[in-house]
Amino acid sequence: MYAWIFRNLPGPVWVRILTCLVLVAVALVLMVQFLFPWFSQFTTLTNSTIGLVQQP
Amino acid sequence: MAHQQTTADSAVPSARRGQDQGPRRPLRASDVIRKVSQVMGELLITAGIVLLLFVGWELWWTNVDANAKQTEAVQAFAQEFTGPVTPQNPAEPVDFGPPVVGTAPAYGETIGIMYIPRFGADYTRPIIEGTGSDVLDTLGLGRYESTSMPGALGNFAVAGHRQTHGAVLDNIHTLVPGDKIYVQTADGYYTYVFRNNQIVLPNRTDVLMPVPTQPGVTPKESILTMTSCNPRFGSQERIIAYSILESWRPASAGPPSEIAAQVAQAHGKA
Repeated sequence: MYAWIFRNLPGPVWVRILTCLVLVAVALVLMVQFLFPWFSQFTTLTNSTIGLVQQP
Repeated sequence: MAHQQTTADSAVPSARRGQDQGPRRPLRASDVIRKVSQVMGELLITAGIVLLLFVGWELWWTNVDANAKQTEAVQAFAQEFTGPVTPQNPAEPVDFGPPVVGTAPAYGETIGIMYIPRFGADYTRPIIEGTGSDVLDTLGLGRYESTSMPGALGNFAVAGHRQTHGAVLDNIHTLVPGDKIYVQTADGYYTYVFRNNQIVLPNRTDVLMPVPTQPGVTPKESILTMTSCNPRFGSQERIIAYSILESWRPASAGPPSEIAAQVAQAHGKA
């Protein structure tokens, strides 16, 4: 799958390597900004309140 | 440069040729299985890496992020604070009368600062109104809105994370009876003394009562209750730490001498 994506990116090899790095960086930013905070609600590490007063 | 381009150009057609030859050969079931399992394998490896990144984010990055936001909140409070930040009469213990009880600010606003020397000489954390996850996940200690304000007869209760998001109460189990916990608000300094802790199930809302776990009893003391998760890195239970108000100083009298250096540092005057 990743090999197929790399083959089908435009440009010479070094451009494709740069494109890949940019794509990985974009994926990381999206994960840290949106995916991880959303997923965090399903982990129980962060439950430190008592009873049902968790949410306002 | 020109040489690089020719090699790159020649590499592209060869790759295309390889692809074109594929479909011409009759597609066997084993080819399909190999392709599918290859993609599945790559996706599973990706999922594993993403989960490891999530663990790193949760256990490390949320602390970096929350610590920065909490430092900002402390600085904002310090700028608004008008009293002196050095003890005005450190030698003589003076009775300043019954403590002033402030009014609760709006949800998400800063009530004051908590200093707990047992957690380190640099333990200077903001106390915020409310216990929603938006408060606890960045700003640390949140006051249960149903409980009293600092200094009032009854129960002043705050929640904080044991792990992640600043881990403000990570060391709650290291408190020893007699440890001082200092709360600074715009009105003054409230000194609490740690009494005991208790480990309860998460549904025990009676720990937030005016006299904790004793419904219907009229409070005669001012209690500080801190709640966090237990065990560390788990949340099957809650650890509750109770402290009793020992003394109070108005803001004009300056901070208690025990935390004078810490207060001065928090207010940028060290």
